[in-house]
Amino acid sequence: MKLSLRLNGADRTADVAPHESLLTALRERFVLPGSKNACDQGECGSCSVLLDGELVCSCLVLAAAAEGREVRTAEGLTPDGGLHPVQRAFVEAGAVQCGFCTPGLIVAADALLRAEPEPTVAEIREALAGNICRCTGYGRIVDAVQRASKGIYE
Amino acid sequence: MDVEIARTLDGALAYLASRPDAEPIAGGTDLMVEMNFGRHRPKAVVAIDRIDELRELLVAHGRVRMSAGVTYARMLREEIGSPAMRQAARTVGSPQIRNAGTIGGNLGTCSPAGDTLPVLAALDASVVLRSASGDRRVPFTQYMTGPKKTIRRHDELVVAVEWNDAGDAQVFMKAGTRNAMVIAVASLALVVDGRRSRVGIALGSSGPTIIRATEAERFGEGLMDETGWGRRRVPSDAALAELGSRVAAAARPIDDVRGTAAYRRHVLSVMARRAFARAVLLA
Repeated sequence: MKLSLRLNGADRTADVAPHESLLTALRERFVLPGSKNACDQGECGSCSVLLDGELVCSCLVLAAAAEGREVRTAEGLTPDGGLHPVQRAFVEAGAVQCGFCTPGLIVAADALLRAEPEPTVAEIREALAGNICRCTGYGRIVDAVQRASKGIYE
Repeated sequence: MDVEIARTLDGALAYLASRPDAEPIAGGTDLMVEMNFGRHRPKAVVAIDRIDELRELLVAHGRVRMSAGVTYARMLREEIGSPAMRQAARTVGSPQIRNAGTIGGNLGTCSPAGDTLPVLAALDASVVLRSASGDRRVPFTQYMTGPKKTIRRHDELVVAVEWNDAGDAQVFMKAGTRNAMVIAVASLALVVDGRRSRVGIALGSSGPTIIRATEAERFGEGLMDETGWGRRRVPSDAALAELGSRVAAAARPIDDVRGTAAYRRHVLSVMARRAFARAVLLA
C-alpha cells in the first residue's frame, strides 16, 4: 500500500507492507538507515524519531497509520545535512563508541533540549532512560548533552 | 491486513461493527510488538489515534473523566486529579513509550502488570465502553476478568475511564529491577480518601487480575478512625506491619521470570507499610 508523509522536510511516498513498522519503512523503503533496528519492541530507543514533533520509537508505529504525518529522523535534524549541535557535542565529548545507539540518543537529546534547554543531570538521565548504550557508561553521553545545552537552545 | 485510519469515534465504531476481525491500534506499544515478532497479525486494524473525542480530559466538580487516548506523557504534564496516577504514569517505559502509550491501551491490553490499573482499582474507577449501539459503564474490578482478559466485546472501544477526585493522599509504588523500562515485579496503589472515609488498596503483578486488598482496606480505615482522618498521624510500626501482612495475604502471586511468589508477598508488605505511612502525611 502507498504511504505518503512529510519526511525530514520533504513530501515522500513509498510502497509499504500493511503490517510493517515505520522503522522498516524508513530503513528499507526510504533508505534512511540512521534509525537503527535492535530490539523491535520499544526497549532500546535506537529507532527514535520525531513523529509530529514527539519522540517515539519508530518500530512501534504502524507505517500505514503514519499517512500524512510529519517524521524527522537523525538524518534530518539539520536542513542542510550538516552536523547538528547535539551531534557536534557527541563528537567533542567522545560520547560515541560503536555508534549504533548514537542516532537514537541524538534524536532523544534534541527532543529533551527543545523542551528543557538547561536540564539537570537527573533530568538528562530520565529523558534518555529509553535509549540503551551497551558500550559506554553513559557518563560521556550525559556530558555531551550538557555541552550541547550550553547556549544552543535559547 | 487492512488498515483503516479513523477520523471520528463513530467512524471507528462503525468499522469495528462491520469487521469482526479488526483490532484497534492507538500508541502501538503493545500491538506492534506482537506484530513485529510475528506472534499476532490481525486481519485488519483501525487506527484510533487521530480521534479528537478520545483525547479529552475533564477534571471538574470532584470528578475526573480521562478519555482513552490520553497518553502517559500528558498525565505528567496536565492536571489529572490523581497523584497516584501521575506517579504510575512516570514509571511507564521511557519518554518514547510515554509519548505513544495511552490509558486506553493499558485497559485494552489489561495485563496484570499494567501500571495504571492498580490506581484505577484503588480509586474505584469505572471504565466507559462504547459500541455502535451505545455506552456502558463498568467498575474496573468487573471490567478485568483475567490476565489480558476483559469483558470488552470486539465491537466496543474503551472510550474513557472515570473516577472521583479522592484528594492528595495517594501513593503508587512499583518494584522492579531498575527504575526505567521495567515491568513491575509487583506494584501497589493506595488511596486514603478522607472525604469519603475510605481506604483503597490495589495490587498489580500479584495475581491473574489486579487485586483489591479488601481486608487491608478495612484495617486501614479502622486505623484512620482511631487516629483521626486528616490528622496526619502515622500509625505505630505494629499497626503498619499488620496492614502489610494483610496486603501480602490478599496477593495471589506466582513464581515467574520476574520474581518469586515469596518475594512478591514480601515486597508488597513493605510497599504497603511505606505507602500508608506516606499517604497519611499527605492527607
